[in-house]
Amino acid sequence: MSNVAQYDVESIRNDFPILATEVHGKPLVYLDNAASSQHPVQVIHAIKDLYESGYSNIHRGVHQLSQDATKAYENSRAAIRGFINADCIHEIIFTSGTTESINLVAQSYARPLLKKGDEILITHMEHHSNIVPWQMICEQTGAELKVVPISDQGELEMDRFAELLSEKTKIVSVVHVSNALGTVNPIKEIIDAAHAKGIAVLVDGAQAVSHIPVDVQALGCDFYAFSGHKLYGSTGIGALYGKEKLLNKMPPYKGGGDMILSVSFEKTEYNTLPYKFEAGTPNIAGAIGLGTAIEYVQSIGLGAIAAHEHGLLEYATSKLKEIDGLRIIGQAEQKAGLISFVLDQVHPHDIGTLLDMEGVAIRTGHHCAQPVMERYKIPATARASFAMYNTFAEIDVLNEAIKKTIGMFS
Amino acid sequence: MDNLRELYQEVILDHNKNKRNYRKIENPDGFAHGVNPLCGDQIDVYLDLKDGVVEDISFDGQGCAICTSSASMMTVALKGKTEAEAQALFKSFHHALTDEKQHPEDVPLGKLKVLTGVKEFPVRVKCATLAWHTFDAAFKKLKDEITTE
Ligand SMILES: Cc1ncc(COP(=O)(O)O)c(C=O)c1O
Ligand SMILES: [Zn+2]
Repeated sequence: MSNVAQYDVESIRNDFPILATEVHGKPLVYLDNAASSQHPVQVIHAIKDLYESGYSNIHRGVHQLSQDATKAYENSRAAIRGFINADCIHEIIFTSGTTESINLVAQSYARPLLKKGDEILITHMEHHSNIVPWQMICEQTGAELKVVPISDQGELEMDRFAELLSEKTKIVSVVHVSNALGTVNPIKEIIDAAHAKGIAVLVDGAQAVSHIPVDVQALGCDFYAFSGHKLYGSTGIGALYGKEKLLNKMPPYKGGGDMILSVSFEKTEYNTLPYKFEAGTPNIAGAIGLGTAIEYVQSIGLGAIAAHEHGLLEYATSKLKEIDGLRIIGQAEQKAGLISFVLDQVHPHDIGTLLDMEGVAIRTGHHCAQPVMERYKIPATARASFAMYNTFAEIDVLNEAIKKTIGMFS
Repeated sequence: MDNLRELYQEVILDHNKNKRNYRKIENPDGFAHGVNPLCGDQIDVYLDLKDGVVEDISFDGQGCAICTSSASMMTVALKGKTEAEAQALFKSFHHALTDEKQHPEDVPLGKLKVLTGVKEFPVRVKCATLAWHTFDAAFKKLKDEITTE
């Protein structure tokens, strides 16, 4: 809790209008950030201002508004580049989110490359969006999906990873931070091991970018995917980082406008990066909002945010561990700010409803990670996930609400 | 909080804790497996019919309190009912939870009425109806088997 003195959580909270609302007559305690985070006024205003005074379709427009909107859109791309320290701007492709980013890599990178007998390596803690696209590739190419197991604590079994990484492996796709367990995976180690065998690595950073500083060059990953709506931006926007060398070789993922240089019915010449992968009119406002969200995060500093959230995690973990009959699912050494838990006496679905009546928003269910649930032989978990604006007092509210829930059921 | 008390009434909490007819029936006449992917509720319903009457009915599986108590109460309500009565009760229960308007053919719900508080919690309605849908599936499968045999 040492960083709390400098970290002005109250002034951050003032930037998020929704945090002042009440739910069922109680102050909102928003702990569902892993599903989607809230928006600061800066982002809301950026989007509002765009629509009120700066909106137009981008690219190819000669008029002033189009030029302004194009500039703002491209500035956001530049902001993302800086945020994850990509080498160049055109390595940043706007997508609708993590899911589309992963599908893009699966279809454009993996599908042309893979054949029968090849293997795709993922882990047991992946979100469905990092499982299903690969199963589709397996069906389409005859390749096989291999899965790195996880330990009882919720950590990857790295010796099994080393064994599964073989001559047959053509791509490794791994989650940076697990949305179901909170585990921060040793992705640098994974990337280095894969690269030693010439295998490309995609990192699902959906749960990472808002919680820990990410430097794609230092990591060396070939692809990095994330969503705007978990990074204080809006839904329907996200990004894929890819190494220029690989992106250049990949065929487009979707066909349409903006991704071509010239079209005739005989031959179409594809546009250069990143536009080759951005067919159709994009989510302009979403992209501009995301750029603003990133600037906002940078103004506070991911280091400070990470330290604050770590403090929350430690505090919440120690509090929740004292509760009789509460079991934390996912006790990895390295964790980001979320706690998945189950109660002996109360099903997660009931926990969700009862906490909601106390104004506490958490998520219950399988968190789109059914293999994780099956691994720990539970139908679902309750999950509290933290963001930069959560407070220690809110953890106390959560703690009391859980105790009250247990009281009602005993 | 009043809504919450409506939802989690003593009777419901009691059925959740002390489940009635929570067991397998070996070689049942009818059987179905029901899943609510939203919250992971999973329920198996076992059914024995004799001369058009529900002679025995039971369930097992795992679910939230609403799902479990609804299943438990359903087995109590359905035992001894004729096929037609069981169907009418299912329909009436379903209407009571999902429909705004009254249906003239609806029958009294009796003790099942305590579950209607779930109406105030739209995301939980499926929890309360899962067991019934599973029963209905078991029943229909059984009827199909009889008519196709
Ligand atoms: C780890 C992880 N990967 C991928 C996704 C999918 O993100 P989106 O739905 O924004 O595409 C999520 C969202 O829950 C996630 O937590
Ligand atoms: Zn349920």
